[in-house]
Order: sequence, then C-alpha cells, then structure tokens
Amino acid sequence: MQNISTASPDSDLALRRRLFAVPPGTLALRALVAAALVFGVAWVAYKASQDLRVFVIVGLNGLTLAGLYFVVASGFTLIFGLMRVVNMAHGSLYMLAGFFAFDLQERLTGGEATSAFGSSEAGVGDWVIPLVVASLAVGVIGLVMQQLFLRWNQGQELRQALITIAISVIIADQALAHFGGIAQELAPPSVFPDSVQLHVYGLSYPFFRIFVLLAAIAVGLVLWAVIQRTRYGMIVRAGVDDRHMVSALGINIQLVFAGAFFVGAFLAGLGGVLGGTMISVDKGNDTQYLLIALIVVIIGGMGSLGGAALGALALGLVDSFGDVYLPEGYTNYSVLLIFGMLVLVLAVRPLGLFGRPA
Amino acid sequence: MTLDRGIRWGPGLFTVLILALAPLIFSDFYLSAVITKALWLGIAAVSLIFLAGYVGMVSLGQVALYGIAGFTAANLVVADGGSKVALNPWLATLLGLGAAVAVGLFLGAIASRSYGIYFLMITLAFSVLVYFFFAQVTQLSGFGGVNNVELPSVVGNPLQQPARLFYIALVVSAAVYVSLRYIARAPLGLAFQGVRDDPARMRALGYNVPLLRTVAFGLGALVAGLAGVLSVWWNTRISPGSISLSQTIDVLVIAVIGGLYRLEGAWVGAVVVTVLDNWLRGIDLVGNRFNTVIGVIFLAIVLVSPGGLMGIWGSATGALQSRFERAAAGGDPDPLPFTEERHPAGDTTIVP
Repeated sequence: MQNISTASPDSDLALRRRLFAVPPGTLALRALVAAALVFGVAWVAYKASQDLRVFVIVGLNGLTLAGLYFVVASGFTLIFGLMRVVNMAHGSLYMLAGFFAFDLQERLTGGEATSAFGSSEAGVGDWVIPLVVASLAVGVIGLVMQQLFLRWNQGQELRQALITIAISVIIADQALAHFGGIAQELAPPSVFPDSVQLHVYGLSYPFFRIFVLLAAIAVGLVLWAVIQRTRYGMIVRAGVDDRHMVSALGINIQLVFAGAFFVGAFLAGLGGVLGGTMISVDKGNDTQYLLIALIVVIIGGMGSLGGAALGALALGLVDSFGDVYLPEGYTNYSVLLIFGMLVLVLAVRPLGLFGRPA
Repeated sequence: MTLDRGIRWGPGLFTVLILALAPLIFSDFYLSAVITKALWLGIAAVSLIFLAGYVGMVSLGQVALYGIAGFTAANLVVADGGSKVALNPWLATLLGLGAAVAVGLFLGAIASRSYGIYFLMITLAFSVLVYFFFAQVTQLSGFGGVNNVELPSVVGNPLQQPARLFYIALVVSAAVYVSLRYIARAPLGLAFQGVRDDPARMRALGYNVPLLRTVAFGLGALVAGLAGVLSVWWNTRISPGSISLSQTIDVLVIAVIGGLYRLEGAWVGAVVVTVLDNWLRGIDLVGNRFNTVIGVIFLAIVLVSPGGLMGIWGSATGALQSRFERAAAGGDPDPLPFTEERHPAGDTTIVP
C-alpha cells in the first residue's frame, strides 16, 4: 500500500491533465483506421475503374449478402440486447430452418422442385409454406430452449452461453443424422424470374438475390417500426436499458423475453430459408452463420439494430470485394481482411460502432 | 488429521504412481489413443482454465492459438502439403510456440479491453476466423492439412513407440501444471486474480489492467501452443479440422467437465472425455451419435454443477472434511469450515 499524500495544486493540475487526456496511442490508432479506410476505398475505386461491370456485379453480391447477414444478425442482436444472452445456437437454428424447409419442399413437390435443366418448378406455395413453417418451427424451438434452460439462469451470462453451446452441439449432430452432410438448395417459386436486367452495360442479375435484399430491408423496417413506434417496442427498449426497472413497473418482463427470444430465433430461421434458397444449406452453416452473427454484432455493437445493419453491410461488402479485388494469387487470404476489419473496429471502439456499456 | 491429509494428497499420489507406470499397465493402443491424447488435450484445456479461473477471461480462442503453433511448426519442417520450408524440428517447434505467443499477445492487446461475454465472443470469432484462414489458404494448409510431419528424433514413431510421446506429454503436462500453480501464487498471479475480481479497483491501485490481461493471454497462448505442438506430434499431421469449432467446443467441454476453476480439472476432464469417447464409439447404438451424447452430458453438467467434476469432488471432500473436523472437535457444530483447498481460485463467479 502506498501512502496517500496530500496533493499540491501543481501535482493536482498534472493529475487532472493525465485523467482527462486522450489515452496515448488513441490518435495514432484513429489515424491508422482512417488510413485503412481511405486505402480500402481507393483500392476499390482503382479496381472498379478497370472494369465497371465486375464492380457492379460484385457490389450487388456484397449488398445482397449483407441483406442475408442482417436478417440473421438482427435476431442475434435482439436477443442479446434485451436478455444479455449470447445465443451460440443461433447458427444452428439458421441451419435447422434451411434443412426443415428443404425437407418440406421435397415433400410438397414430391422431390421435383427443380427441373432437369436446373430451373425451378416450385409453385408459390411450395416455397412460401416451407418458409413460414420452418421459420415458425425454429422460432418455437428457440422459445422452448429459452423456457426450459435459460429462463432460470438469468444474469448468468457464461452459463447461458455454455448451455446454448451444448444445444448447438446436439443440434449439429442430430441435423447430420437426419439430413445428411450434403449441401441442399431450395428452389425459389417458379413465378420469380431467374434474373433481372440491370439496364447498365447490358448486365443481368439473379432476381432472388435482389429479393433477399428487399426482404432484409423490409425486415429491418418492420423491426424498426415495431421497436420505435409500438408499445411492445417501447417495453423492449426500456428492457434493453434497465430490465429490473421495467419489471418493477409491473410489466411482465418474462413474457417480453419469451416473445423476443421467439422473434430472434424466427429471424434466424427466416435467414436460413432465404440463405438456403439464395446459396445453399449445408452442415457447416451453423459455424459459418454463428461467426457472421458474431462479427456483425461485434462490429455494429451488441443490441443495436442500426449497428447490425451497418455491420452486415461492412461484412457483406468486405466479403465479396475481398474475394475478387485482392491481388492475383492472394484472393484466398480474404479472411485476413475480415479479421483486420474486426481488429480495427475493436481497437477504436471496444464495444462496437454503436455499442453502449451494459 | 491423517485421514484429512489422505483425502488431500491421496488421489494426487495415486495418479502420479499410475501415470509413471502407465506404459506397463495399459496396452500400446490405449496408452496412445486415450492417455497421451488426454494429456495434450488437458494442456489445451488448462490454458483455458487458467485464463478463466485466475484472470477471469473465458477465452474460446485457445484452440486457434494451438492451431497457429501447430500449423507454424508443421509448415516449417519436412511434410506433405504446406510450405516447402524444411527447418530443424526443434527450431520449428520453438518458432511455432513463438508464433502462438506473438498472435496471442496481439489479440490479447485488442481483446483485453473487453470483458466477460464480449471477450468470449471476440475470442470465438477469432477462433473461427483462424479456422477459415487455414481452410482457405492452400499455400499453408488447405482442407487436406499438412501430413506426415517430420518429428524430432526423440519422439520417434508415435505409432510404434507410444511410450516416448507419452512420457514427453507427461513431462510437459507436469511442467505446465507446476508452473501455472507457481505463477498463480506469485505476485503476478495475485495481480491476475485481482484483475479477475475487481478490475476497477486494481486500476485504482496503479496496476495496468489491460497490460496484465494481455500478458495473461500471452501466457495462455504459450500453454495452448505447447498443446498444439504435442497434438501435431501425436497425429503426425494437422488440418483445419483439428481446429474447427467442434474442437473448440471439445476443449471447452473438457474444461467445463473438469471444472472451470481448478487447474487439475483440465486433465480430469480430458481423461473423462477421451475414455468416454473411446468407450462410447464402441457401442453400436451410440457409435455414430457420439456428439449428441457428449452434448447432453455437457448440458447436464452445466445445468447441474457449474463447477464441473472437480466442483463435485470439492463439495464431496469438503463435506467429508467438515465431518472429520466436527468429530475431532468433539461435535462442535461448525457447519461450513472454509478451507483454502476447496476454493484455491476463489469462490467467485466469472466477471460478467
């Protein structure tokens, strides 16, 4: 123990300076981040100037991926923001919904959703029914998980994370047993055109990917409207800030938690069906989409919807531009770009771009 | 009092005796497939337990760090796949450990400002990124991994001479255990525990909390790196599958089964999991669904006893001890004698 000495005015001033000064290295860090950002944009602009057609297509790929990532991550961030539960089974729920929907579509169409030429022969119902049923089913699984295992462990964050990890292990193994280890693709409704004309450089682009982007925007708007404009949303917002106070005001916070967990899991399921149609559904998807949800919310800030949108946009764009615009022979290093982005964000804002301390 | 000491030291002495004679007791297969494997898995798990129990950092990045050590070492020696560099195996091992520590310190510097569940998520994201990195970068690994890795001559051929690798793993395990216990009681370790219990107060006392957490993470990376190198020697290969999320979860399961608060729990958990693994795979009904069984066991332990098996052991011996002490004191009603032995790492929950 050091002695507490009485501070003279001089040392008091020095102490104050030390206390209120920007921590050393912060400015350098900010400069580094700004430089990285400028360099990234400049590099993309330089590459784009060489071939604008590639730029348009890759950019759209990034945007549509970002849409899918947002749908998945918004559920994750909703659950975390309200309950401080890190749902490690979020990716598993995503994968499960994809498999459920595929299975259901097979049954509905008798295994003939896709013609021999690869074009879809599924009716609107053959796609919409699996979408709704699988998402709802996964929402219910999430709800059951929360009620059975998480509800009575509130506040024990680590224990809850471990519980969801254990559940993800079980789901992964059971999914492998029931659905096999083969990548499956859902057929979109045949009324959807295969591609749309972009009217720039005579390019066309897969219609379903645009649809996913629009769906993601719709999900975002609905979530925003519900959270900002309704009574339920008001309770959720209050719960994010201080759940004990909300509970003390006579609101049944357990009901709110249950509802939020259902919606969060439902969104994972929605993402799974959209992703299963847009890309595919595979046994490794649980890890992959858990990672995506984690990165999106670490970048955007836990519990923030706007942060999730920004994080998804950043990840989607870096993901798709990294694969194409890295120097020849190094495109397989694109993971490092994502890691670099994560490191830079955390270095400047440990709680993410829109994160607030709990 | 002798009984009391028996409870305290008996299991340890018995374990040392069994382990020293293990190559005589067990078949070559069992020695290699269960015991040696449990030893290196235990080292991986103890790096997690040390960070979680003594520094309050529950890291899911330990498997990635051991992967970095393993992949670096495997890439720098003669092997199928990976880079074409061919260094001396010992030098490669040292460089592998160095790489793990360097990456650990770097990541620690970034992540050490985040606490609790945020820290867990950041390290998990890092871990999965490392997996995808090695899966994608064919120059260093690719999905096939690095095979037929050249080992130091002292290891010999782990298939034909399993006893050699066993003793190496045993010595490394013992060294890791003794060192971590020593560090835990040294001023540095006490500072770690202070950081675990109350970072704000430690800061007020003049400690550099982020630096301490970074150093701890680097130390954990070194221990994880040792496990990574041993795993390469044991497998004679390493692939992205060796550091996938399921391996991260396996190490976490081991740590949780062993108890997140006691160092020796790492090896207890590792033995339980490898023995279970070996035994369950033989049962037809379970054989293919091994992971479901492990998941259910994991879930049950997390739900029932957060302290894991060592926690159960601790409460059992604690209850026994308190009975002896009550009897010795002539029926003095002393309901809960708090012995340091029961909670060496402190009876605290992990910093939220």
